[in-house]
Amino acid sequence: MKRTSIFVLAGLAVAVALAVFVSPFASSEPDGLEKVARDQGFDVAARDHDLAGSPVADYGVEGIRNEKVGTGAAGLIGVAVTFGLALGTFAAVRARRDRSKVTT
Amino acid sequence: MHIPDGFIDAATSAGAGAVTVAGLGVAAKRAAVELDDRAAPLAGLTAAFIFAVQMLNFPVAAGTSGHLIGGVLAAVLVGPWAAAICLAVVLVVQALFADGGLSALGLNILNMGLVGGMGGYLVFATVRAVLPKTRAGVLAATAVAAWSSVVLASAAFALEYAIGGTVDLSLRQVIGAMVGVHALIGIGEAVITCLTVSAVLASRPDLVYGARHLAPTLELRPAELAS
Repeated sequence: MKRTSIFVLAGLAVAVALAVFVSPFASSEPDGLEKVARDQGFDVAARDHDLAGSPVADYGVEGIRNEKVGTGAAGLIGVAVTFGLALGTFAAVRARRDRSKVTT
Repeated sequence: MHIPDGFIDAATSAGAGAVTVAGLGVAAKRAAVELDDRAAPLAGLTAAFIFAVQMLNFPVAAGTSGHLIGGVLAAVLVGPWAAAICLAVVLVVQALFADGGLSALGLNILNMGLVGGMGGYLVFATVRAVLPKTRAGVLAATAVAAWSSVVLASAAFALEYAIGGTVDLSLRQVIGAMVGVHALIGIGEAVITCLTVSAVLASRPDLVYGARHLAPTLELRPAELAS
């Protein structure tokens, strides 16, 4: 296997490990923006998310009752979907270059 | 830092969306020129890694947490143009998890991808230019840029809020509060970004976009047999 492929696989393994096994133990305190919004009183303006009913809303997975397991599963799904979508996006970006090479 | 629906009015959100689309268009054009066969999977890995680490909220002060944004991490690893695209992909996926409002997607990509990633890289390149051309120099520039990117992104939110905030507040109030807390969160951003970049520098320095100038110049040697 090429060295770069090994590097990418190793990096993905680290990402999956962090998303699955570490993220369930992350702080659940409000983040910087949420805290400022509460302190300044504009948190009330937030509307429910359009995808609040999504099966993976709020980094849980529908049907998984255990919150920590659900968060880890959501993390795994998120890393996989992000990797796939990014690969697809960059393939499209590069395809455009190859097209423009032909025309110029 | 993910803006939900409702904080910023529709007109400002749409305006930010237009700026973001234009910015991503430029980034895609430039990234297409820079990316080779090897770089595309690395950019994918960078996006996936940032998604994972963004889930890891760390406590910063009483009742507040922060998490990596990753704009400078991506920019130092794969370049500022690919970084903006990486962050856009991460933010789109996060919206599926109901994190960051759909109407605020343009604002969020603008703040974290364009201001945080491309703006952060500008800080990185500026600081790197005045430091010694060593790994330590690259890491120091990375730390300064990572911290700055979080503060810049938080200031960008405050400006957007001043333009289209739905609850009337002065710019000074919002920018003071945002920059204050994000100056702390930025320390975490700098630490995580430096740890990650130094790990990649230790294993595959040739893959770090922001350290290309450290690569030894090619030299001619007699061919080795059976290599």
